[in-house]
Amino acid sequence: MISPATWTTRHLQALVAALGRLLRRPLGALLTTLVIAVALALPAGLWLLVQNARSATGDLATAVQVSAFLKVGTSVERAQELATTVRGQPGIATVTLITAEQGLKEFRERSDFGKALDALESNPLPHTLVIQPTTVQRDAAALERLRGTLAGWPEVEIVQADTEWAQRLAALLAVLRTLFLASAVLFGLGVLAVIGNTTRVEIAARLPEIAVTKLVGGSDAFIRRPFLYSGLFQGLLGGLLAVGLLAALLAALEAPVARLVSLYGGQFRLAGLAGEETLVLVLAGTLLGLVGAWVGAARQIARISPQP
Amino acid sequence: MIRFDRVSKRYPNGRDALREVSLQVEPGEFVFLTGRSGAGKSSILKLVGLLERPTRGTVTVNGQDTASLPARAIPAYRRRLGMVFQDHQLLMDRPVYDNVALPLVVADAPFRDIDKRVRAALDQVGLLEQVRALPSELSVGEQQRVGIARAVVGKPVVLIADEPTGNLDRGLALDVMRLFRRFQEVGVTVVVATHDLSLVEEFGQRSIHIDDGKVSA
Ligand SMILES: Nc1ncnc2c1ncn2[C@@H]1O[C@H](COP(=O)(O)OP(=O)(O)OP(=O)(O)O)[C@@H](O)[C@H]1O
Ligand SMILES: [Mg+2]
Repeated sequence: MISPATWTTRHLQALVAALGRLLRRPLGALLTTLVIAVALALPAGLWLLVQNARSATGDLATAVQVSAFLKVGTSVERAQELATTVRGQPGIATVTLITAEQGLKEFRERSDFGKALDALESNPLPHTLVIQPTTVQRDAAALERLRGTLAGWPEVEIVQADTEWAQRLAALLAVLRTLFLASAVLFGLGVLAVIGNTTRVEIAARLPEIAVTKLVGGSDAFIRRPFLYSGLFQGLLGGLLAVGLLAALLAALEAPVARLVSLYGGQFRLAGLAGEETLVLVLAGTLLGLVGAWVGAARQIARISPQP
Repeated sequence: MIRFDRVSKRYPNGRDALREVSLQVEPGEFVFLTGRSGAGKSSILKLVGLLERPTRGTVTVNGQDTASLPARAIPAYRRRLGMVFQDHQLLMDRPVYDNVALPLVVADAPFRDIDKRVRAALDQVGLLEQVRALPSELSVGEQQRVGIARAVVGKPVVLIADEPTGNLDRGLALDVMRLFRRFQEVGVTVVVATHDLSLVEEFGQRSIHIDDGKVSA
């Protein structure tokens, strides 16, 4: 049996041979690596778009709230009881009671009708329950259920749920996410195809060498090894280059995005790839390179028969 | 041990190269295959090396029916075989050293062994000086000797050589034959195809004569 030291040496040798082959055609290797990098950077860029869109619109998403206006004449105590009941329901983050008094005070402060309001004999405003659902409860069906429950209570006059924006946003994010998934699959296949084809071309160029190697007893696995390393290495380089491309893109976008955000008076900052996301991208490139080379090499090498 | 049982070989173009050939080479025996050009000598050796498959009949090598050998077992089978080809089959863009080392490298031999054995094999064919040369920088006869060094470097159980001395002068041809004889003396089965009858006479080994695809008496 072959010793671990020999095994390691053999693999190192195949690796060095693969590197040597790549270096011997630097332009071809560079172009392949670039194609892989772009194919990896595109879905990764979409991923960043989804992540950033989500964090940029975080406030909008939490803007989902339900207001229940109680019938005029409901007592403050009853309103407080109702608020407590709602708080006890599942999927509720916060419930704020704005009593008629508070409402009137706020209205008075914010508007110029102060004098006119003084003329009123009674407070025309109802008590209002402002309800924030938790994130999980924010889908349309759950909100509809909440609205139904509230509307069923005798003390409740009308229920208003402002969900339209949240729904639009969620739908948009879902579209982006689907786009990301589809592009990841498509461009992943693209990387496989590019490396598979590069491998086939390389094998075709080394046909005589492969035939002689088989003649003296070289196994398919032995012949495959440098090609697999070559694919793996180009995938790895492509992944690293994709990380670099994305970093450059983000650097270029930083100033314009900051200007845009400041115009809206926001706090948002463009986020790049996190550490583990970078790792996933580089690993994906490496793995696709290896699998692509395998797909390109396996059958073709098996078909080559030594030519006596 | 090599054994042919009524082996026929028809090439895809319809040419019948071998017709019902039966022959046997004992373990450790040294045998010449003789016959005119086109008689079928190379075809017999190719069947032993599994470079071709018989159309009919069975080829048994070292007790193994070659037809029942699964594809994944073929590399290991070939590693126990030393083959010298009529057209050398060298890697023209790789130095002599790499060419001779190839059978050991594919067999995952340890590095120290490889270096020692490659140099020993090249020494035996008188090419130790040329380790770094490319085959294209060598004469045809020297290329042939590189092929011989490559065939013996892995210490094969069976050595088959197709016209190994075709491009060598008498002195070198005799050297190569003596080298093969030394292998036979340590138990290797040797089969040499040649049409140089004087060589056969000089060495006085058994010879199997092939005529138009058949063994003749
Ligand atoms: N690959 C092939 N396809 C078709 N016909 C072939 C093939 N190889 C050999 N032949 C034919 O088979 C016959 C036997 O050829 P083979 O090479 O075995 O002869 P040989 O005895 O080795 O001749 P030489 O001494 O010239 O090398 C010849 O007629 C040849 O034309
Ligand atoms: Mg021949």
